[in-house]
Formats: sequence, structure tokens, C-alpha cells
Amino acid sequence: MVRLKRACGQTANKLPDETQQRQRQNTVAFKLKKVTTMATAETRNKIFGTPETNYLNCTKGWKSWAFTLDHKRIGVMYLVGVTIALFLAGAFALILRSHLVKFDSNMLSYDRYNQMFTLHGAVMVFAFIIPSIPAALGNFVLPMMLGAKDVAFPRMNLASFYLWIVGTMCLLGAILFGGGLDTGWTFYTPYSIETETGVIWATFGAFVLGFSSIFTGLNFLVTVNTMRSPGQTWFKLPLFLWSLYATSIIQVLATPVLGITLLLLIAEKTMHIGVFDPRYGGDPVLFQHFFWFYSHPAVYIMILPGMGVISELISVYSQKRIFGYSFIAFSSVAIALLGFLVWGHHMFTSGQSPLVTLIFSAITFSVAIPSAVKVFNWLATLFKGSILLNTPMLYALSFIFLFGIGGLTGLFLGALSTDIHLHDTYFVVAHFHFVMVGGTLTALLGGLFHWWPKMFGRMYNDFWGRVSCALVFIGFNVTFFPQFVMGARGMPRRYASYDPEFQIFHQISTVGAFVLGIGILLAYGVLVYAARYGKRCGSNPFRAASMEWQSSSPPDFHNFIHKPTVNDPYDFDSQVYDEELDTYLPREYADPAKTPPRKEPVHH
Amino acid sequence: MAIAETHDTHGEHHDDHHDHGEFIAHHFESPEQQFDSGKLGIWIFLVTEVLFFSGLFVLYTLYRNYHPEIFQVAHHYLDKNLGCLNTIVLLFSSLTMALAVRSAQTGKNKNCETYLLITMVCATIFLGVKAVEYSHKWDLGIWPRSMFHYHEGVHETGIFGLSNYLIKLSVIPTLLLVGFAGYAAFQYLTDKANNARFYIGMTIMVLGYFAGVVGGVVYQNAIAGDSHAHAALQTAAPLMLHAATIDKSSAGHDDHVHADGEGDSHDDHDHADVPAGSQESVPDSVGIFFSIYYCMTGLHAIHIIGGIVALAWIYRRSQLGHWREDYFGPVDYVGLYWHLVDLIWIYLFPLLYLID
Amino acid sequence: MADHSHDSHDHPSFNHPAPIPMLFGVFIALVGLTVATVVTSNIELAQFAFPVAMAIATLKAFLVGAFFMHMWWDKGFNILVFLSSLLFVTLFIGMTMLDTGSNLEQVESFPTTETSSLSTTEY
Repeated sequence: MVRLKRACGQTANKLPDETQQRQRQNTVAFKLKKVTTMATAETRNKIFGTPETNYLNCTKGWKSWAFTLDHKRIGVMYLVGVTIALFLAGAFALILRSHLVKFDSNMLSYDRYNQMFTLHGAVMVFAFIIPSIPAALGNFVLPMMLGAKDVAFPRMNLASFYLWIVGTMCLLGAILFGGGLDTGWTFYTPYSIETETGVIWATFGAFVLGFSSIFTGLNFLVTVNTMRSPGQTWFKLPLFLWSLYATSIIQVLATPVLGITLLLLIAEKTMHIGVFDPRYGGDPVLFQHFFWFYSHPAVYIMILPGMGVISELISVYSQKRIFGYSFIAFSSVAIALLGFLVWGHHMFTSGQSPLVTLIFSAITFSVAIPSAVKVFNWLATLFKGSILLNTPMLYALSFIFLFGIGGLTGLFLGALSTDIHLHDTYFVVAHFHFVMVGGTLTALLGGLFHWWPKMFGRMYNDFWGRVSCALVFIGFNVTFFPQFVMGARGMPRRYASYDPEFQIFHQISTVGAFVLGIGILLAYGVLVYAARYGKRCGSNPFRAASMEWQSSSPPDFHNFIHKPTVNDPYDFDSQVYDEELDTYLPREYADPAKTPPRKEPVHH
Repeated sequence: MAIAETHDTHGEHHDDHHDHGEFIAHHFESPEQQFDSGKLGIWIFLVTEVLFFSGLFVLYTLYRNYHPEIFQVAHHYLDKNLGCLNTIVLLFSSLTMALAVRSAQTGKNKNCETYLLITMVCATIFLGVKAVEYSHKWDLGIWPRSMFHYHEGVHETGIFGLSNYLIKLSVIPTLLLVGFAGYAAFQYLTDKANNARFYIGMTIMVLGYFAGVVGGVVYQNAIAGDSHAHAALQTAAPLMLHAATIDKSSAGHDDHVHADGEGDSHDDHDHADVPAGSQESVPDSVGIFFSIYYCMTGLHAIHIIGGIVALAWIYRRSQLGHWREDYFGPVDYVGLYWHLVDLIWIYLFPLLYLID
Repeated sequence: MADHSHDSHDHPSFNHPAPIPMLFGVFIALVGLTVATVVTSNIELAQFAFPVAMAIATLKAFLVGAFFMHMWWDKGFNILVFLSSLLFVTLFIGMTMLDTGSNLEQVESFPTTETSSLSTTEY
């Protein structure tokens, strides 16, 4: 009782008594009714119709958001936060690209240029990409996919968000109070020990962001383990959850090492403890081992959730059971675990011993296997599916294309001999942007378009959505494809001036970057416009079969006002159209007179 | 039941203790689900702790591998007996913690309270002894690598023969002691016996620190022996002398390979680093051991302090009688954390104090 | 809280109080092992000193883990989670040592003349 009150009181989420009572009664009533009786039109309307109160409007005032423990509101706040970080770091990127239009440009001083690319990288990696899909989309969707009311530790979830704010502020504090940051996002020693810029601010920020990430991961692991609906076995989980679970494993296992690394770096910088600083007998390459033990797995923190989103999108918009469910599921776990065995491939040219280099190179190639398993399964899912080329699906298809290129060029870099040539060139830059922007950002946008109707109960304009996707896709390729070419020809990364022969590539790249920027802005514009003015939509407009679509749109404060039916998340035949509500419902709730009989299982 | 009670909006909920859902958060279905979630959560948290410390174990392994001779020499500056004492204090606190968990599991809040208090006192004794160890080393100039400046026989002392560093380290505990004791008295005088009880517990907890300090100082005075009446804090002097001799002899002959075949690589930097005229000092490269020592024990001490805060929280809750057979999770979770802190010390002790 | 002693949830399935004699027994064993490790550090064991010290520490860790931390009665999954951390620590230490171990020769043969030039840039 005390705790119950505290949960409501502290969160300021306490509903008006009347509403709360009604909802509680509903919960109990439908829990009992669910299987035993046939649903009436009234029941259907109550469960799947557009509700008057939902998580967005059940309480008002800034405090009801700032102190909320509701995973959906935290997800939305995270979404706003990471979007701001994206725009900020994106603006840095455009400044960089503008500078690079001329080979001897003096738009930025060289020092300023160094600070600009460092902040672009650090903010993008730590404040945007890592939390983007798990903390924003995942927070919103994960408990609902399990039929749960919330994540296991709601307070920790809120703490994660506030840590994110503090960490991002510290990271940006490096510019305001630390005089910039010019080490690159990797903080390599010994330069990071020598430089006068705000390394301590930035590392402390990244340290705090690490804890934010650990909290999210820990929460997700526990939630998936203990809070699945009765009857929802591991193999009835949507693949997005498998990928989030694999991501969380990495977050929990790798991020603490980043924490200790950054603490040691701060200690080295302030007290010269002599572990990384060669002038005191320290080993600077050791720092790289420490850093990449986290940061390579972190690359998979960035891409795995995106892969999970794509698994959902491809299947739903082909209206076809995902091909090779268990292969995709286990490939996520395999990527997570293999991700811990390959960190040395960032250090091929840093004086790492030949034997270790060889081992890391060999294992690096093996990461291609689970990645390819996923891509082939997505393609096989598309085969003979009834494909709907709407905005999320177009983003998903872009993902497959761009991730394919990004992944395959990774093999060039994993091969020892070619890496000697390509190391620290624009080829590397292009490679990881294909994976992180072409992969993760595209998946984030696709996922946002997919779940937006659920989050805000309104449908976006599909035409402009598709235009945004086209701009993102074209802009992205124009930006980064030339970088492969100039990288292969020897253009080093992180240089503020360059040989005139590369100027044309840089100019094409800069044009592309602005197109990409406009595309992303348009995508967010379409989404924000939809949240405000879009056409109202029902609970399940896309005929998806995972559980979050059984809540109303937008969902109730408690996620579901009935006990959702646990079914196969890729059995789309389990959902049937309801004319009155203009949406899809689980068969159990549909009007039997108007329900078409079940088809034969499409596959298997 | 739960439905009815959500309408009970007025303040007095102390009389609702009979409700079974008392401590079940709204999003859990059963006490068991809540317990299992918390338990898995704390285990995963412990995993993150282990990996957090792992970086320091990598440092330790690496530098011991690079410079075994430094580790051989340097560990003589640590006092085995104090380390052993602290180990036993921590092990005892683990025992009382386990007993506290048992008491919570059987719903015996009173016993739980007592055991938790003993656990906290052990924790602060540990910190007190650690403070004596640290301050003594700082007096001798035994700092991390860049600040390391050990001179045989030279050490600073402050007032009353106590280390200035020890006095500085004790400022916060003293303030806490005064604050807790004063607040306890205030609560007692204003007839808030329940609150007073908690702050009395906190006072006793902080007293543990001073017990540790006094014990440590008395011990060090004793071993400093008759020959160094003025030197309040002097550890095993013969050992140090021996160690310094070994090191100096190697520092003196650069091109001469050591008898044990380790070579003199660790001395390489010293000629530039050691200030002129300090031939009596131990090479500064020995500081790398102490860098690692301070990182490991310092991080461990921070975890002890964090543990004390968590223990204080569940101590308060046992005073409020929160634990029952179906609700004892927080004690169990804090207990697991506390045992992990103990586990890490179990490895730190032989790795740092008992190298041979 | 006395009125709860009679309710039906006396011993929920997730509640396993550990027997008191066992806890004390474990504590005594731990103290004994601590003394043992100090004693063995005083006698000359040459290259066996380190393995012996680590073996004793691991035995102590086992006792704390299995009995104080109730791992003996805990869910298999929780134990798996915890032990997996050790696997990753081993991986971290192992791969790093595999690389840096190959520097050992260079560390030992690092010429003194070069170091002095290195350390001229003092802070």
C-alpha cells in the first residue's frame, strides 16, 4: 500500500480518481472476460478504440513529465533528447563539410576544425547513437511487447534519462568550460594527457553516459527475463526484443570497462599515475586495449537494435512470417558475443603484436557470418511477400542496402594487408558512416515511422515520408560514396586541409551532406506534424501481430486496459480487419460473423 | 483490495501494514516476480562491478609482468598485519551481513537491525585502518608514480605526533560524528525516539572509523618500537631498509644485469625523474606499484562507502519493521553487493600485501 | 509485524534462510584461510607462492559466493550471469596480456640512453 502510493505519488502520475477507478475496474473485468466470452462491439471499442485518456494526457504539467516513472513518457523524453543531440552533432558535421569544400579552406582554424570533428564524433556516439534506438524506441516498445505495465525498475529508468542529460551537458561543457576538445572521440593517450583542452569534462561526461547506458541495459535484461506475459516463451518474443536483449548484454558487460578506462584517464591526467603515460613508464597502447574493449562492442550496441527494428519492419510490411526466426534471434546474440573478441582490429597499426593482430583479424571475419545471416533472412522474408512500399518499409530497404555496403567494406578493413593501406583514411570514415548512419539512423527513422501511430495515435503523411526517405538515401550515398573513393586513394581522415586532387570528392560529399540534412529534417518535420495534425488511427493500422499493437493508440497509462493475447508475433493471420474501428484486431476479439477463416500457415 | 486502497488518499497509511501488496510495486504481479526481478538485477549489477574492477586487474597483471622486481620490492612498504586485520574485519562484516539477511528472511527486524549496525561498524573500522595506512604512506612520500618521492627515514608528522594527512582524512568523519550525535540528541529531545534511534545508530557507525584509526595508530606506535620514540607512525623499518637497499644497489649499476636476471629496465627513467641530490631515495619507478595500489584500494574504499550508505538505508527500514517472509529483497540485494566488495578484497589482499 | 507470523506466506518458495551454524562455520573457515595465506607468504615457496595465494583466495571466494551469497541455492541463471562476468574478465586480461606480453623483451632491453631523451619533457 505504502509503496503503491509512493509509486503514484512520486511519479505524479496519479490519475484523477475517477479515471483511475474506471481503468482499474476495466483491467479486472477484461482479465476475467478475455478468453471465456465473445467480445461485443462495445468491448472492442473500449479496448481498441481511441481512448479519451492516454499516457500523454492522463496527467498534466511539467512535473508529471519530469518525475514520471512511465516507460512511455521516459521513451518520449529520451526521443526528444537524442533528437536534439542528433541535430547538434549534425550541425557540427555540416560545418565540417562546409570547411572541406576547398582544399586550403580557412573557414575554421585548424584547432577549431579538430575540436569540431571531435565533438561531432563524441556527441553522435555517446549522446545520440548509443541511446537512440534502445533508450527511445526500446523504452517505449519493450514492456508493451511483453504485455507488461512497465520495465522492471522504473526509477532506474528515469535515473538513466537524467544521467543522460548530465552526461551530455558535461560533454558539451568541454566546449563551454574546457576550451573545446580536440582528441577525437577516442581520447587516445598520450595526446589526451598532453592537450590543454577539456578532456576531463568530456571523459567525465562519457563516464556518466556510460552509467545511463548500463541502467537501460540492466533494466531491459531483467524485464525480458522476468516480466514476459504468461505463455510468452523466448521464441514468441518479437525479434526486436532479441536484438535489444543482445544489446543489453553488451551494455552491461562492456560499459563498466569504459567507466574504469575513463576514470584512469582522468587520474592519469590529474595525478600522472603512470599507467598510460609513456613519460612515466606507462603503456599508451594499453589505453587503446581498454578503450576498444568497450568501444568495439559498443559498435554493436549501435547497430544491433537497428537490426531488430528492421526485422520487424520487413516482416510486417511484407505481411509474411519472418524467415528463419531462430537464426535471426541467435545471430543477434552471436554478434553480441563475437563483438567482444575483435577489439584489436582497431589497433592493427598501433604496434600490437603480430600474433594478436592475426587472431583479431580472423575473428573479425567471423562477425560477417551472423550479419550475413540476418541480411539473407530479411531478403528471404521479402520473397513472395505482399510488400507495401510505405515510408517505414522504404527506410528498411535502404537499411539493407546501406548496411550491406557498410558491412562488406568492413571486411576490407579487417584484412591485415589492405588495412595497412586503408587505415586512418576516409575509407574508414565512409565504412562506419555506412553502418552507423546508413544503418542505425535509417533504422531509427524507419522505426519511428512504424511506431509513431502507436506513440501518438496519429498517422503521418506517407507521401512526404517517402520523400524524406528518398532524400536521406540519395543524400547519404552522395555524401559517403565519394569518401570510399578518396579514402582508397589515400585521403587521410581528420585533416583540415588536403591535396587539391581530392577537392572534387569533398565537394560532392558536402553537397550530399546538405541533402542528407534536409532529408532528416523533413523526416522529423513529417513526424512532428503528424503528432499534432495527423489523421487519427486505430490500434493496429499496419496489421502487425506483436503485442504492443493490441493497446489503444496512444496507449493507456497502464499500457493495456485488458490482458493482451499472447500469440506468435509473426502470425499476421491472427489479426483481422474491423470495419467499425478501421483497424486490425486479434481474432479472439473480432466479430465472428465478419471474420474470414484462418488461412493455411504461409510458411513451415 | 488494491483497487479500494488507491482511493485512500489521506496521509495515514501506517496502519495499512496488513496489506499483502504493501511493498509490491504496481507493475509486478506477485512478490515472487518482484523478488526475482530484483535479484537478477542485483546479479547483473554485480557483473558490471566485476568488469569495472577488471580494468585494474589488467593493470596489475600487466605491470607486474613488465616489472616483477618493482612489485617484489614495493610490497614491503605495505603492512601485512594491518592488511590481515582489515581482511578479518571485512570477513566478519560479511558474516553479520549474512546473518542480517537471514533475520530479514525470517521477519526478525530487531535482529536484522543489530546485525546491520555491526556490519556498518566493521565497514568504518576498515576505513579507519585504511586511513592510517594511507596517511602513513603519504607522510613517507609514498604517492602514485609522478608524485612518488620516498626518502629513507624522512617523514612528516603533524600535531601530537599524528599525521597531518590523517587529521585531514578525519575531518569529514568528525563532522559526521558531531552531526549525527547532535541530530540524535535533538530528535530525542523533541520526542522523536524513532528517528533518534536511527541517528544513534549512525553515530555508532561513525565511531567505528575512530576505533579503526586509534587501533591503527596504537599498532604503528607499538611496532615503531623504542628506537623511534618521536616517530609515531613508522612501519616495519627493517623491511623497508632492506627493500631500499635492494633497489638502490640496482639503481647504482645501470649496465649491470641483476642477479635474478630481471634487468634494470624499471630504473631507466629514474635518472631524469629523481631530483638531484636524492641519492638516498628509492627510485621513483617504484611509484607504479603504488599508482595501482591506490587505484585498487581507493576504488574499493569508495565501494565500501557506497555500501555503508546502502546499509544505512536498509538499517532504517529494519527499524521501521519492513521485512517479512515474503518481502526481504532489499536486504538480500545489499547483502550480495556487500559480499562482492568483500570478495574483491579477498583478492586484493594477497595480490597487494603478500607478494613474494 | 507479529500478526504476520501466522499468515500463509510463512515460507514463500523464494525464501531460503541459511542455517546459522553453517554461516559461522564458513566464517571460521574464511579466517583460517586468511591466516593460512599470511603464513604461506612468509615461507619460501619460490614460483609456487603466487599460485598458492591465488588458490587460497579462490577457495575463500568460493565459500563467500556459495554460502554467504546463497549461490548454492540460487537460480542457475543468476549463477550463470555472475560467472559469465569472470569469463569476460579472463578474456580482457588474456587478450591484453597476449599482446603486451610480446613487448616484454623490448621493455627489458630498452636502452637507457634513449629514455633520458624521452623523459626530458617533464611536466
